[in-house]
Amino acid sequence: MTNRFNYPTDREAHNAARAKALQALLIEKGVITSSTVDTVLQVFETKMGPFNGAKVVARAWVDPAFKERLITDTTAAVAEVDGLPDVMTGAEGEHMRAVANGPGVHNLIICTLCSCYPWPVLGLPPYWYKDPTFRSRAAREPRAVLKEFGLDIPTSTEVKVWDSSAQIRWFVVPERPDGTDGLGEEELAALVTPESMMGVAVATAA
Amino acid sequence: MNGAHDMGGMHGMGPIDTDPNDPLFHAEWERRAFAVTLALGFHGRWNIDTSRHARENRHPLDYLGSSYFELWFKAVEKLALDTGLMTADEVATGTPAALADTPPPNPERVAAILRKGVSAKLPDTVPPRFQVGARVLVREVTTPRHTRVPRYCRGRTGVIDRDHGVYVFPDTHAHGEGVKPQHCYSVRFTGQELWGDTAPARDAIYIDLWDDYLEPAP
Repeated sequence: MTNRFNYPTDREAHNAARAKALQALLIEKGVITSSTVDTVLQVFETKMGPFNGAKVVARAWVDPAFKERLITDTTAAVAEVDGLPDVMTGAEGEHMRAVANGPGVHNLIICTLCSCYPWPVLGLPPYWYKDPTFRSRAAREPRAVLKEFGLDIPTSTEVKVWDSSAQIRWFVVPERPDGTDGLGEEELAALVTPESMMGVAVATAA
Repeated sequence: MNGAHDMGGMHGMGPIDTDPNDPLFHAEWERRAFAVTLALGFHGRWNIDTSRHARENRHPLDYLGSSYFELWFKAVEKLALDTGLMTADEVATGTPAALADTPPPNPERVAAILRKGVSAKLPDTVPPRFQVGARVLVREVTTPRHTRVPRYCRGRTGVIDRDHGVYVFPDTHAHGEGVKPQHCYSVRFTGQELWGDTAPARDAIYIDLWDDYLEPAP
């Protein structure tokens, strides 16, 4: 009989050894090269990340017409933003859709089936986003979950949850914080956290 | 499939485990598992839907008892074995019995594909079955195969909020049965429709669903 709870006691060391052995085998066999692996990591560790999303949101905060385009045709609008790397419609960003918070509306992005996330604007998702707890609870009780993140959403505000069940990758345009009137795009971008673009936080003035 | 991955609405989970300094990878092996998974995908022997199914189609205790990147590792090992990129003997011995029968993906091509992405959108040659504003019922269909209908919305009624256009249909694509072009919509469900009267009256969940999952609401 299979013992399904029989994990190796040195589980992490076991995983490390297996992953290393698999990579070595595949390289020796000529299935991949180490530069293939390095190329993949380089894209995710240097080009895709929430620093891109922050620039997009900051632009939306200073330019209402851009914000409108960002909501109606997200990928085309993102392509307008200067200073972004050449990966913005790349892996897991082919079909992005932005949704905007506003008076009386708060948006939250989830993926109950796996871990879908807009990699070009937000990078790879944090662990809690992929974890069973967030995936199960955010669908059923988003307000309780948001409260754990420190957000108390008034009952008069509509909570909209976006379950990324297809190839569409959703992200949130948070509201521009009060008291930021004099700030330029670069200073505003510094206020845009990844959490605010997932909807588990709001952007606040520094 | 009614697998352990389909988690929307499950109970008993406790508080969200957040970490403000959460790194992308908790260990070097996770980084390897992630990169090797993507690198092997460039052989074109499977697609995103096949690889999702490989992660999900396992005993629930195995799914729930595995960490996120353990699931990735188990799936990529299975896919590489199933498609002949390596053999079980080679994994056991750690030594190639033969060189690969196709060349390794070229790093420049890999970089270009990651930059440009792989579109799941198809030419708009199929008419939508539903218009924005239409009331739809999610078909009460269960299948042991791959699907992207979360079970928490099956048999429930929603409203088409927007039409995303024509997309690859994962339920056939995951099994090598073609892309079966059809419209995919964002469908709005009230919280009360999904979770009952105790859900806040104003809240809603939007789920992306394909034509084949839907029928007109009575």
